[in-house]
Amino acid sequence: MKEIDNKNTDLKVEDFSKDSDRLLELTNDDLMPLPEPLDDKAKSEPPWKPLSDSAKEKYESDLDNTLLLNIPKPKSKEEEKKYIKQFLQGLEKLFTKENNWVFLQPFKLTMEHCTKCHTCSEACHIFQASGRAELYRPTYRTEILRRIYFKYLKPGGRFFGRWQHGDIDLNWKTVARLAELSYRCNLCRRCAQACPIGCDNGLVAREIRKLFSQELGWATKELHEKGSMQQLRVGSSTGMNPEVVKDNMDFIDEDASDITGMDIKTPWDVQGADILLIHNAGEILSWPENPAAFAVILQAAGISWTLSSEALGYDSVNYGLFYDDAMLAKVVIKHALAAKKLGVKKIVFGECGHAHKALTIIADRILTGDLNIPRESSMPLLRDIVMSGKLKLDPSRNDFPVTLHDPCNMVRMMGIVEPQREVLRKIAPRFREMTPHGVNNYCCGGGSGFAIHSGHNFVDWRMKVSGRMKMKQILEAFKGEDSSSETYKYICAPCSNCKGQFRDILEYYGLTENNGIHYGGLVELIVNAMTDVKPGFIRAWEQ
Amino acid sequence: MIEPLHVLTLSCIVIFITAVLVRFIRTARMPVHLRWEIYPVAHDKGFEHGGSYMENQDWRNRPQEHSQLNKLKEFLTEFLFLKALFHHNRKLWWSSFPFHFGLYIIAAFAGLLVITALSSVFNVKHGGVFLSYLVQFTGIAGAILCLFGSAGLFFRRLFDKGLKKYSPISAYFNLLLFVGISVLMLTVGFSSSGFGPMSAYIVSFLTWSAHPEMPGPSKALLILSLLVLAYIPLTHMSHFFMKWFTWDKIRWDDEPNLPGSKLEKRIQAALAYPVSWSAPHIKGDGKKSWVDVATEEIEK
Ligand code: SF4
Ligand code: SF4
Repeated sequence: MKEIDNKNTDLKVEDFSKDSDRLLELTNDDLMPLPEPLDDKAKSEPPWKPLSDSAKEKYESDLDNTLLLNIPKPKSKEEEKKYIKQFLQGLEKLFTKENNWVFLQPFKLTMEHCTKCHTCSEACHIFQASGRAELYRPTYRTEILRRIYFKYLKPGGRFFGRWQHGDIDLNWKTVARLAELSYRCNLCRRCAQACPIGCDNGLVAREIRKLFSQELGWATKELHEKGSMQQLRVGSSTGMNPEVVKDNMDFIDEDASDITGMDIKTPWDVQGADILLIHNAGEILSWPENPAAFAVILQAAGISWTLSSEALGYDSVNYGLFYDDAMLAKVVIKHALAAKKLGVKKIVFGECGHAHKALTIIADRILTGDLNIPRESSMPLLRDIVMSGKLKLDPSRNDFPVTLHDPCNMVRMMGIVEPQREVLRKIAPRFREMTPHGVNNYCCGGGSGFAIHSGHNFVDWRMKVSGRMKMKQILEAFKGEDSSSETYKYICAPCSNCKGQFRDILEYYGLTENNGIHYGGLVELIVNAMTDVKPGFIRAWEQ
Repeated sequence: MIEPLHVLTLSCIVIFITAVLVRFIRTARMPVHLRWEIYPVAHDKGFEHGGSYMENQDWRNRPQEHSQLNKLKEFLTEFLFLKALFHHNRKLWWSSFPFHFGLYIIAAFAGLLVITALSSVFNVKHGGVFLSYLVQFTGIAGAILCLFGSAGLFFRRLFDKGLKKYSPISAYFNLLLFVGISVLMLTVGFSSSGFGPMSAYIVSFLTWSAHPEMPGPSKALLILSLLVLAYIPLTHMSHFFMKWFTWDKIRWDDEPNLPGSKLEKRIQAALAYPVSWSAPHIKGDGKKSWVDVATEEIEK
């Protein structure tokens, strides 16, 4: 076994296929520094939990400190060869229009035109937060795939590929590590936004995930089995079937009525309603105040709306977006069918970024004919309601520091930037932006489904590495405020997945308990400011 | 008698045009892809803050306000001044910008040489002196910028640890080609005969007649430039025109699929493609279409 001198910085692309130990061993010292109160790593940075011996025994874990995909170790050389062969077959399929019409053009252009200028590296929060670990450079992963493509799939590739793109060996290590490495990217596409050529390393990470899922059937359990498959089987990735979801919403209506002093009743299956509202069903279980606040606002504004109790019609989640085109399309169709059945005028998405993107713009080139029902974000709807004067609002009820997180899928990838800001400017007098923000935002660190992954020690990686840049931004946004828990501070995150990440990271670093940093959605802030509602809506749910 | 240099010139021009066309047409004929835009989208009304038409309710029923002018402006600033690199990687921009801008000036220089040759062929008397000054100026200026840029990029790739690891042999070779062209251009430009022999050669090529003897550096410059011209579109350097796809057809492609539109028909055609992905949840047999895959129930 040949070891690499300094794993973090000296790693070369060719090292990826070497029969070495782990390619990267991050320590707390390597990580990008954070501002106060997390500036002293010795005090504030929890130790890395090591991977258990049984995990190392069972799964391929030669990439870095953590593990997500859980690829069992092959039992024989023959099995390894079988997987290598399947990998190459899958790679070939990525370049055919029949199997990959969905992304052939952007994918091929990225594979063939990168100038290796590394502009993308400066834009990637994972690379930066890791202390510039070579393994996490946006181009590192792409470069491995590119070299394999040019060497093994292009005619004359064994000579020209090497000359034009550099060398790589394709063996079992390469395959297993590449599969795992495709899950060290948030698919936030900040790198693609910065690329002067227009290449997209985020897309490549997704295409690698997709190759493994669609050809070898390898995906994380959280995304596939417990996610998309469970959603298609039961109706929701949370495991709630239609009866359970209706029961839960009844409880939420009751609580909402108590807390607000209004009589809140969520409408179900209203034929011909103007709007079918689809929440990420995770909200109903983890953040019931969010669907409650939607109900309060829509009811108070006199909107014609409904929820659907059709399987999938009450859960906007679509994890296929992160790893698999077939699963993505299956879920999209079910969502459209639920809306068609009710004959609604349009579908509106609650506060869930990836659901916005999956069903609004991605599904836009999947749904045709009578399934192509208008689909919109809830942000402009909420803006229009707030600006219309239909709700009586008292901004002084939100007199605490508020900052806004921009979910990548909704903002950078859909251009929905201003509506939520217009609302905040009207109802949150102490609103301040993060730097950078809007379409230039950083991912929360839970993007691409990471927020629902906590197996082995992945939480450490998700908090310390992928969530680090966002944490820095948040602490900087609240700089100058009393940092004790006495002063209530609010991160407004209009996205379920991002909220999952904030919940975990605030707890990991003790920032709610010690520093009074809380998080929640946009609708909660609106209801908190409504004068027809008893004061203290947000605090009441937190208690 | 057929001049070997003429044959080389013609071949390189034909290879260049064919390679550009093949790449361009192949890419343009790829099937429609899923929407994959990144904001800001240049033609959108909300460009300044990165906003889209989806910032409004019922956008399907509103007239779309597109600014083709802004799109052109953004594309030109990107193409000419490498705006993205300027904003996101200033260190590299200091070499990359002069390199690219130098090449554009060299392209203008080549165009001016052809115009000079044409005026000689057609015996146009006016503006000859001005034109020759312009040729001289663009030739020297383009070469200086290109030399500065290509040498800068070469040394960056050689000494920057991060860049070096990702730079294959061809990256250095390509940059040295441009260093070579620039040095030759400067040698020719500052020689006593200047770019005159090049212009005379173009006249001979256009009239397919014997060309006068050329000084060594001019001949070397001509041959090297022609070979590089043919070589560029065969490599990733074709990004100079393929960028139009990555920007206009991907990053800025926010065209909605409206019922009954042409786009809808293209999508329907793509959905009918046969699938052969092998994973158990797809079991593509090369006959099932994407519609079949998307609509078949999973095994419960
Ligand atoms: S992906 Fe783009 S930014 Fe990154 S190295 Fe390649 S060309 Fe440069
Ligand atoms: S998509 Fe985001 S996380 Fe992934 S490489 Fe690009 S910038 Fe980094």
